[in-house]
Amino acid sequence: MLPDVIVVGAGIVGAAVAEALAVAGCRVRVLESAWPGSGSTGAAMGHLLVLDDSEAQWRLTRLSRDLWDARADQWGAALEWESCGTVWVAADGEELELARRRGAWFAERGVASELLDQVALRAAEPNLAAGLAGGLRVPGDSVIYPPAAVRLLLEGAVRHGATIAAGTPVKRAGGGWVELTNGDRLPAGAVIIAAGLATPELLATPVEGLALIPKKGHLAITDRYPGWLRHQLVELSYLKSAHGSAPSSVAFNVQPRATGQILIGSSRQLDTLDPTVEPATLSRMLARAATYLPRLETLTILRTWVGFRPATPDNLPLIGPVPGQPRLWLATGHEGIGVATALGTAALIRASVLGEAPPLDPTPYAVDRVVGWMAHA
Amino acid sequence: MTELSADVVVVGAGPAGLAAAVAAAEAGAHVILTDEQPAPGGQIWRQPWDAQPPAPSRELWRRAEHRGVRLLPETAVFGVQEARCLRAASPGGAVTIRAGAIVLATGALERMLPFPGWTLPGVFAAGGIQALAKSGLEVAGKRIVVAGSGPLLLAVAAFLKRQGAVVLGIFEQAEAMAVARFAGSLLLHPGKLRQAAALLGELTGIPGHHSAWPVRAEGTGWLERLTVRVGDQEQSFELDFLACSFGLVPVTGLAELLGCRVESGAVVVDRQQRTTVPAVFAAGEATGIGGVDSAVIEGAIAGAAAAGSMDPAPSLDRRRNREQAFARRLALAFRLRPELKALCEADTIVCRCEDVRFGALIRYGDAREARLATRCGMGPCQGRMCGPALNFLRGWPLPRPALPLIPVTARALVTDATDRTASATFFRES
Amino acid sequence: MPEMVRLVVDGLELQVPAGITVAAALLNRRLVARRSVGGEPRAPLCGMGSCFECRATVDGRPHTRTCMVRVRNGLDVRTDD
Ligand SMILES: Cc1cc2nc3c(=O)[nH]c(=O)nc-3n(C[C@H](O)[C@H](O)[C@H](O)COP(=O)(O)OP(=O)(O)OC[C@H]3O[C@@H](n4cnc5c(N)ncnc54)[C@H](O)[C@@H]3O)c2cc1C
Ligand SMILES: Cc1cc2nc3c(=O)[nH]c(=O)nc-3n(C[C@H](O)[C@H](O)[C@H](O)COP(=O)(O)OP(=O)(O)OC[C@H]3O[C@@H](n4cnc5c(N)ncnc54)[C@H](O)[C@@H]3O)c2cc1C
Ligand code: FES
Repeated sequence: MLPDVIVVGAGIVGAAVAEALAVAGCRVRVLESAWPGSGSTGAAMGHLLVLDDSEAQWRLTRLSRDLWDARADQWGAALEWESCGTVWVAADGEELELARRRGAWFAERGVASELLDQVALRAAEPNLAAGLAGGLRVPGDSVIYPPAAVRLLLEGAVRHGATIAAGTPVKRAGGGWVELTNGDRLPAGAVIIAAGLATPELLATPVEGLALIPKKGHLAITDRYPGWLRHQLVELSYLKSAHGSAPSSVAFNVQPRATGQILIGSSRQLDTLDPTVEPATLSRMLARAATYLPRLETLTILRTWVGFRPATPDNLPLIGPVPGQPRLWLATGHEGIGVATALGTAALIRASVLGEAPPLDPTPYAVDRVVGWMAHA
Repeated sequence: MTELSADVVVVGAGPAGLAAAVAAAEAGAHVILTDEQPAPGGQIWRQPWDAQPPAPSRELWRRAEHRGVRLLPETAVFGVQEARCLRAASPGGAVTIRAGAIVLATGALERMLPFPGWTLPGVFAAGGIQALAKSGLEVAGKRIVVAGSGPLLLAVAAFLKRQGAVVLGIFEQAEAMAVARFAGSLLLHPGKLRQAAALLGELTGIPGHHSAWPVRAEGTGWLERLTVRVGDQEQSFELDFLACSFGLVPVTGLAELLGCRVESGAVVVDRQQRTTVPAVFAAGEATGIGGVDSAVIEGAIAGAAAAGSMDPAPSLDRRRNREQAFARRLALAFRLRPELKALCEADTIVCRCEDVRFGALIRYGDAREARLATRCGMGPCQGRMCGPALNFLRGWPLPRPALPLIPVTARALVTDATDRTASATFFRES
Repeated sequence: MPEMVRLVVDGLELQVPAGITVAAALLNRRLVARRSVGGEPRAPLCGMGSCFECRATVDGRPHTRTCMVRVRNGLDVRTDD
């Protein structure tokens, strides 16, 4: 018999998990403290990409990108889908060598990419600064609008019988039950906590070593300039910023939106929970972007905002059952790629909850690895 | 890039800001006065393109200049860099302005309510058509309907008539009784009573209606025809322009960014016009809709206090209290009636920047959820138009202001302190 | 008679009084400032820089609020915003 499922949290991860289990035939209830997409997801860029940072990250991003692609035809317009691809921009010869190696690595694993020299790079993105060495174009990457993805996933879940309770904060949860802040206790055959950064504090029985690190990020969006930018552009040294432990860093990461707007990122700050836009960080981020795209400085910025990425110490998400607590799963800790990897995460959770064969080896994402984190800290 | 500083920085050069700048300068402070507009005067004293500024504005500006107040025209404050340090966009680029004290005199906006056809060219805000006429829009001979709510409608109708327009009628949504009671209370304000009498004299011959509002504007490409509801009846007009707004909304974005408390849409101030943030004062319509007299009084108190004077002069204090009682009666008399919520239909555009229709919004319970899903309020006007409308229609809070308060170039958001050379050397030669 | 200046709107030359705003100049010829994202014609609404309905491309600068810009000789305005 299929278990009744409670999903805690309706960000992109919770929405994807709810849909996958509802489609599989489970009776799914989603409990969301605020409204769907109100957490990290509502603040995110929607870059869908493959990453070669580690084998485990590669497999999850690759699986997820294929799963997103399978939805493109049906959902493309509603997701504001842009098949723009990524260009990893190399500032110098050293970075171009990195780009070449990344391209070779992708090729071995059957993902298309194209090395761009200085001239080809400028042809691909005429607004880039002269003097950049080149880049690696990954045509299969895309861009979506994350709030739209949450909505479509939840609509899909509801069509398969799921119910969504917004404005319903969970106080704590354990194996096979959750307790709401109003005192109601709800039983379930499977509880999946996908509450983003709030996940650790919801566990009635704490998991030793479990910690999530909020990584604050700033974004700025321009007015509409159709055609100004063609690809998602990311500096090759981006992963240094993404995974570094510097308290504050900025990296060049810009995205063309279906509206013709340009979304400009990104920053990472480790030591803050301040929900306001910091002028100094924003300034550094925009200055960084303008070294790559000098004319960006003349574009009009309409809005800026911040979000917090739920990060783990080893840069991999937590996806799987909680050891010693039957009927309890976690799906969180996706840092800056939770949108990109939501569908792969949902596939892993589905397999684990239903006892099916997993689409890929789940070990690298398993929750039991957190035991070691205390020692590191 | 430039950095400026002054003892007192006044944001907004309308009646409140001009009065504040004069009071602060006369108390010995070095004052900078900024305004987004090209000339001082604010809304009511906006200078016509082909004439002198109005006398009271000229007089205050003369005193300000005499005391060395530095005016920064076309300079819009768009952000707060740190406590008492503002960022502004000006024609020459962004400037940083450091202040010993800040006076916020940012005024008010008109509240627009969506109804079918309100996006047609030829439909203006009431104060909007006045501002445009003062900047060269030809209104002479044009058939114009004035509609919506508030005393501003009368001022605008009289202005348009003086400019030679054919004002077809004034349609005020408030009930005749409420407005009559309000008019009666003007007996307590002899000065305002005289002004009101003069205004009504000017409006002789223009049909005025109460409990009346526009229901539909039509035309192919431009406004051609307007239907209004008067009581139970509908009337239609062929016309050139509609001037329509439903009261004023304080401009509080900068106050919020500075961390000042805002309640019921207005900046909270004490008797010295102090906000809840040290060394930040506020005056005029930003602290509540009270009209020009109260703006000038509050400005004078705020300016003196910002320059270090302790208590407001007792005479100013008394006058301000009287003006605040007037403001409360004004708000009560011109309260928006609930029937106006029905004007907006499912396919009526609410957000003009992103063309979001009312029907697309009503399925969301939470304002932020609706905005994120539909992009309502996320265009260049940043919710200045749809925000107050949805506040009335749905009870949704106004969008939270963020940097930049008005759209500015990316360059303006790069502050002087950011080390550009550090990122520039990033490109090693290959 | 006020002094006149030459304004170019979508390639069309207009003589308009010096000192008025571009928004007023467009309105006086019943020219719309822009098309909305859904394709509707739009013209100035607020006259004070708040509504952004008067946007046009002015001297090559897209998204310029024409109610905030005074006409100048030879100013180039495109209503393709
Ligand atoms: C600036 C920035 C840019 C980004 N760009 C990208 C990108 O381009 N591509 C990409 O893939 N990712 C990107 N990310 C990362 C992405 O946003 C996250 O990885 C992802 O949104 C995480 O989703 P989630 O569902 O785990 O968390 P969330 O979206 O935070 O969802 C958690 C949900 O749980 C709810 N919740 C919390 N507590 C409770 C409770 N007690 N009871 C019930 N519900 C609760 C919250 O309200 C929330 O809705 C970016 C992030 C930032 C900040
Ligand atoms: C469009 C309009 C027309 C009006 N017409 C009349 C009228 O004809 N008769 C009448 O009795 N009342 C009128 N009023 C009411 C009027 O607001 C008050 O009577 C009076 O002008 C209020 O003075 P104030 O100084 O508080 O604000 P305002 O006169 O509104 O002045 C505020 C000033 O602050 C500036 N400003 C705001 N934010 C910033 C920023 N971030 N950076 C730089 N500058 C900024 C604005 O450009 C403006 O000049 C009108 C109101 C509006 C909105
Ligand atoms: S008319 Fe509203 S911004 Fe110009």
